[in-house]
Amino acid sequence: MYRYDSYDQSMVDARVEEFRDQVQRRLAGALTEDQFKPLRLMNGLYLQLHAYMLRVAIPYGTLSGKQMRKLGEIAAKYDRGYGHFTTRQNLQYNWIKLADAPDILAELATVEMHAIQTSGNCIRNISSDQYAGVSADEVADPRPWAELLRQWSSFHPEFTYLPRKFKIAVIASDDDRAAMRLHDIGLKLVSRDGVIGAEVYAGGGMGRTPMVAPQIRDFVPEEEIVSYLEACLRVYNRYGRRDNKYKARIKILVHEIGVENYKRQVEEEFAHMRTLGLNPPTEELDRIRAFFAPPAYETGLSEDIDRSDPAFALWVDRQVAAHKAPGHAIVNISLKPLTGIPGDASAEQIELVASLAEQYSLDELRVTHAQNLVLPHVRKADLYAIWQKLDEAGLAEANLDLITDIIACPGLDYCALANARSIPLAQKIAQRFADNERQAELGELKLKISGCINACGHHHAGHIGILGVDRKGVENFQLLLGGSGAEDASLGQITGPGFSEDGVVDAIDKVTEIYLAQRESGERFLDTYRRIGMKPFKEAIYG
Amino acid sequence: MVEFLSFRDGDSAQEPAVTVEAFTGQSNATAVRIEPGEDARELLPYLDRLSLVEVNFPGFGDGRGYSAARILRESGYRGELRAVGDVLVDQIVAMRRCGFDSFHPAKPLDDGAVERALTRYADVYQKAIDDRQPIWAKRHPETING
Repeated sequence: MYRYDSYDQSMVDARVEEFRDQVQRRLAGALTEDQFKPLRLMNGLYLQLHAYMLRVAIPYGTLSGKQMRKLGEIAAKYDRGYGHFTTRQNLQYNWIKLADAPDILAELATVEMHAIQTSGNCIRNISSDQYAGVSADEVADPRPWAELLRQWSSFHPEFTYLPRKFKIAVIASDDDRAAMRLHDIGLKLVSRDGVIGAEVYAGGGMGRTPMVAPQIRDFVPEEEIVSYLEACLRVYNRYGRRDNKYKARIKILVHEIGVENYKRQVEEEFAHMRTLGLNPPTEELDRIRAFFAPPAYETGLSEDIDRSDPAFALWVDRQVAAHKAPGHAIVNISLKPLTGIPGDASAEQIELVASLAEQYSLDELRVTHAQNLVLPHVRKADLYAIWQKLDEAGLAEANLDLITDIIACPGLDYCALANARSIPLAQKIAQRFADNERQAELGELKLKISGCINACGHHHAGHIGILGVDRKGVENFQLLLGGSGAEDASLGQITGPGFSEDGVVDAIDKVTEIYLAQRESGERFLDTYRRIGMKPFKEAIYG
Repeated sequence: MVEFLSFRDGDSAQEPAVTVEAFTGQSNATAVRIEPGEDARELLPYLDRLSLVEVNFPGFGDGRGYSAARILRESGYRGELRAVGDVLVDQIVAMRRCGFDSFHPAKPLDDGAVERALTRYADVYQKAIDDRQPIWAKRHPETING
């Protein structure tokens, strides 16, 4: 894992003191809320329905046990005992007092963490693949590039007042576990003639106008990625729309001027940028890369897993993924208990996972964009002990990528923008489909719920997506089918008129019946939908 | 309170700035003001003749002026580059890094706050148009300085 040197630490410490000064000016009345707003937003602090929400950056979703423990301590001390893991691999506290925010940032700084640029119209936290470094199919561990870009984007002098927020993802596998093409810019590392570089995709995103990012370059050599991104960002900063915040994301620019035109402008700017000495030397990437060198895995380990406990065996089948090192496994921890809040973890659960990471996973864990956690380096021999501890803490749900592994935004229970409640609906769906055999029968089925058109719950990318809207003062839920955030990225289509909360659960029931009746061997829900189209589902729902 | 802030040696330009349209329409003006939607590159043929470029920020959140400033400096402009309008104390450092060397904010700035802002961060992560060495260069002095 990356560790701060004195430069990194002093940047974060300076930010804490700056923000402390700004909060004091606000509390003393020297700053109005209007003047304070852009300052707090640059530090991830939002004013929500009931309290302040603080969003903490978890760069590329990687954490140490110590960092995780600190997140739990903050949840207990300053929040109501919970943290909420988000679809951008960050963590949010929903019950924060403004006066406490500087102290929280100071505590985070002691474990090399921060909330810098977790909101505002700037380059946000860089996201990545939760299996980075441990999956066998990657070209390279993408996190050194993500860390290089974290530093490049922090306090960027030119790109801090962009037309709108800007999200970047870096992956290095053909399997896209980070929804890369639904980011403002997505980088996929590839190897060409032994040289690492990136395929670049620009203009993806969710929101009210969802787009899958087109490719704008098939190869940027690794040592020029920074200057190429400077070119992409400069064209966007200059020409992205600023007249309407709903049309301000880069996807609208790319769409309106056309991808070829955008590419041409970026290439012109890049030809200029590459003469300016903006790229860190390869020694800097090497320095960062050394932190992510594969750990010294124990060898000679057994591959055997004692499956005599059926509940454990089920959990292994569902939650454990293949690791590149013999005798090891990747453990996915579900934050989707059937009666819980998707992505929520209590202070005690956070503490437990921190301990498990320290004891069993070489002091490392990950956060996924599907709001779950990962222990990336586990010996197969330890799986049973881990499962027992997770089970005691209510963290042994076995539903990875199944219909109850729901992504949901905080919705109207917390968010000032929401039109509808996402969490109670997620819970109703989870209860309707709680039966283990039924979930297993349905197989991979990614269900995603957003409580408003801003699409924080990624409903466009759900195999089944749900969008909460307000219809004459009443919550109404639209149903979408056929989206995907993976390497086969696509956008879901609306089935037709919306439903009540109970109505949409019934509609999903009917949709799954059609799938089971029509699927051919080996087909996931998404495959069947793509083969037979919307019509049979529509007839079943509305017929 | 600070009504005008300059980091240049010597006096600041006094001539009133004209619009880009008036300037490129063959006036003899030596001072021009760029508005957010205007292309700084239109001024590139005239850099020798310019002594002042004002970049207007009608609202602090409109960041186009940062790119305009950097483009002018990257193209070799050496005259005064002044940020005017809704310029906030928390933006001065980033503006300096993009090449602005004078500031005329619509609302005067607090002296102490300006001083604190200018000295807050000892280092920077990126190479920009100022001469500050990025952290990556300090980490690898043998490579950077040959």
